[in-house]
Amino acid sequence: MTEVKLHGFWYSPFTLKVKWTLELKGIPYENIEEDRFNMSVQIFQYNPIYKRTPILVHDGKPLCESTIIVEYIDQIWPENPLFPIDSYERALARFWIKYADDMVSAIRLLALSSNSEEQVKAIEKIWEHLRVVEDRCFNDHEKKFFGGDTINIVDIAFGSMVKFITVLEDALEVKILEYEKFPHFHLWYNNFKNVPIIKENLPDQDKMLAFLKFSREKLLGSS
Amino acid sequence: MASSQEEVTLLGVVGSPFLHRVQIALKLKGIEYKYLEDDLNNKSDLLLKYNPVHKMIPVLVHNEKPISESLVIVEYIDDTWKQNPILPSDPYQRALARFWAQFMDDKCVVAAAKFVLKVDEKEKEKATEELYEALKFLENELKDKFFAGEEIIGFVDIAAVFIPLLQEVAQIQLFTSEKFPKLFKWSKDFYNHPVVKEIMPSKDQLFVYFKARAQSLAAKKKN
Repeated sequence: MTEVKLHGFWYSPFTLKVKWTLELKGIPYENIEEDRFNMSVQIFQYNPIYKRTPILVHDGKPLCESTIIVEYIDQIWPENPLFPIDSYERALARFWIKYADDMVSAIRLLALSSNSEEQVKAIEKIWEHLRVVEDRCFNDHEKKFFGGDTINIVDIAFGSMVKFITVLEDALEVKILEYEKFPHFHLWYNNFKNVPIIKENLPDQDKMLAFLKFSREKLLGSS
Repeated sequence: MASSQEEVTLLGVVGSPFLHRVQIALKLKGIEYKYLEDDLNNKSDLLLKYNPVHKMIPVLVHNEKPISESLVIVEYIDDTWKQNPILPSDPYQRALARFWAQFMDDKCVVAAAKFVLKVDEKEKEKATEELYEALKFLENELKDKFFAGEEIIGFVDIAAVFIPLLQEVAQIQLFTSEKFPKLFKWSKDFYNHPVVKEIMPSKDQLFVYFKARAQSLAAKKKN
């Protein structure tokens, strides 16, 4: 009997990526919620280099870093493949997953911005990324998702980041993924978040808002 | 083997560890390719066409289809040409190899670059500390002659090519044999591996690259 455990933070886009992957493939797992301000000893044992989640433990073997974890899951459980089969398409997918992950630094900057100048700078950085995706990734009008008719790992990678962006939009009362600026991306996200398994596993917006407020207070000493 | 119908072109700048990663992979697999030298301070139209997002080398173009990001390219090469595998076939070992390669980029390359292109003593001190922290993990991880095994080189070795590039070619001592005995030996062995030796640049070429890199970084800072 195979044992899968996921150590993560319910609000992290990286943990979300792994969760969605497991859920989409129907893989049973034990979810272990970690407290970022009080992580279990195992996190430091399993991930001495980065000391962070998500961490997947499969039959006692730990794996870190969300992109590596999801590719591993896709290999071990190949039904409902989330990575493209064609090697060129797979290379493109890896490129865009990295691009999505790279958005996190601007998102983090925005989440922890303490004045309007920092805020504007961070939003502009996020817009730069969104612009690239808007211009480059939606040229095939037949495709509803990056994966075609169904979502794939690139949808998941961008989806987890955009979810966090929507939380920041509400929390800071700013518009980031504006329809006028990014019509295709905007439409894509509306479709993505309504995919049944994604919808069922989307962290609650209010809960995330409260958590963001709490984090900002803790890290900035203010809201 | 690449048949005459398959066209493989590689855009690069000699001296770039990212380029050399790809060259080692191509050489290991016996793939013939056309090499096009670019200019970091005056990027070619071809480069801008094939990598519009990052405008960086290396870029591999296979039958008119471009791929960028050195580790993505190396994985693509491994996926497409099956002889002399670069990544392990076991999914868990494969995931670990990907982890260490990513670690090279996240922690080691950045620290090494700062170390080499240091601006002042304080920065150099900090860079040395960061580099040593990162290298300690690598030192512990190295169990055989190479990261991939006793006689074969693999994905992690290839990702780490910047080490012999600096230690052996540029003769910039990143570390001593006293502090990092295994890495010290690995660097020499990897540099002397027939495939690697064939593609390594000369010391002069490497310094030309450092200069161009420093210039392009300075120009970026100004903007």
